[in-house]
Amino acid sequence: MEHFTPLPALAGGLLIGLAAALLFNLQGRIAGISGIFAAGLSALLRRTWDEAAWRWAFLIGLVLAPLALRPGTGEGALEVWLPASPTPTGLLVAAGLLVGFGTALGSGCTSGHGVCGLARLSRRSFLATALFMVAAALTVFVRRHLLMAGF
Amino acid sequence: MLAIFSGLLSGLVFGAGLVISGMSDPAKVLGFLDVAGNWDPSLALVMAGAIPVAAIGFVLARRRGSSLFGERLNWPTRSDLDLPLIVGAILFGIGWGIAGLCPGPALVRLASGREESLVFVLAMAVGMGGATLLMRLVQKKG
Repeated sequence: MEHFTPLPALAGGLLIGLAAALLFNLQGRIAGISGIFAAGLSALLRRTWDEAAWRWAFLIGLVLAPLALRPGTGEGALEVWLPASPTPTGLLVAAGLLVGFGTALGSGCTSGHGVCGLARLSRRSFLATALFMVAAALTVFVRRHLLMAGF
Repeated sequence: MLAIFSGLLSGLVFGAGLVISGMSDPAKVLGFLDVAGNWDPSLALVMAGAIPVAAIGFVLARRRGSSLFGERLNWPTRSDLDLPLIVGAILFGIGWGIAGLCPGPALVRLASGREESLVFVLAMAVGMGGATLLMRLVQKKG
């Protein structure tokens, strides 16, 4: 339990909830990041800018956040928030494909189902959240405790 | 302009929440998912913090009936538990368990300027494109 960081986790969670509340109350849209990203990409391919403007603004805000908030300047300033991934590149690509394919097929991810869907008491989101949490925990279990991979 | 303001502000606050909470650190996420190992329960508190605040936001919006700027509220309407939802959620979970990255943190990590963050986001985009094509194909046949 030496890595337990309840206060930053709770504070970050409150901000995530606030962001979801803001987007729905200002723009009338669900803050589901996989959906926003997929629809943003699709608009880019179809060149339908007007309806996708808020999506790209949201995605740009997401990426600007750590740069705007970073505690100092210099090389290592972002290192604490965005440390290097422990996963080898091949597995990283496989994981990215699965995350993209799965969230598009299942209509949502941790934000759309796990936060917004649960907050709306959606039964689809309850099922999706239960399934992806269990699948993720089982995947880590198999890799770390059955295959004894060190990451 | 209002749409861009709303999107940018929500994105900034969401991104701040992701980095402050620890969700943008894949090792931390994997520690949360490793319930049989040296379990780090911190990230359960992310959901515990986010869900009530989001719920209040949805209640306020429902009472008003439209957005603060008069936009239509886009409530999700589906309630059916179908196969794509189930298979999609499981595949997403496996991917999340491999790398400790879900879509929000994956995008936030582009700010690190690391090549690996771009590789993951591109793979994610390809996966989304694949699922979209597959669903279109199945719809045509059905």
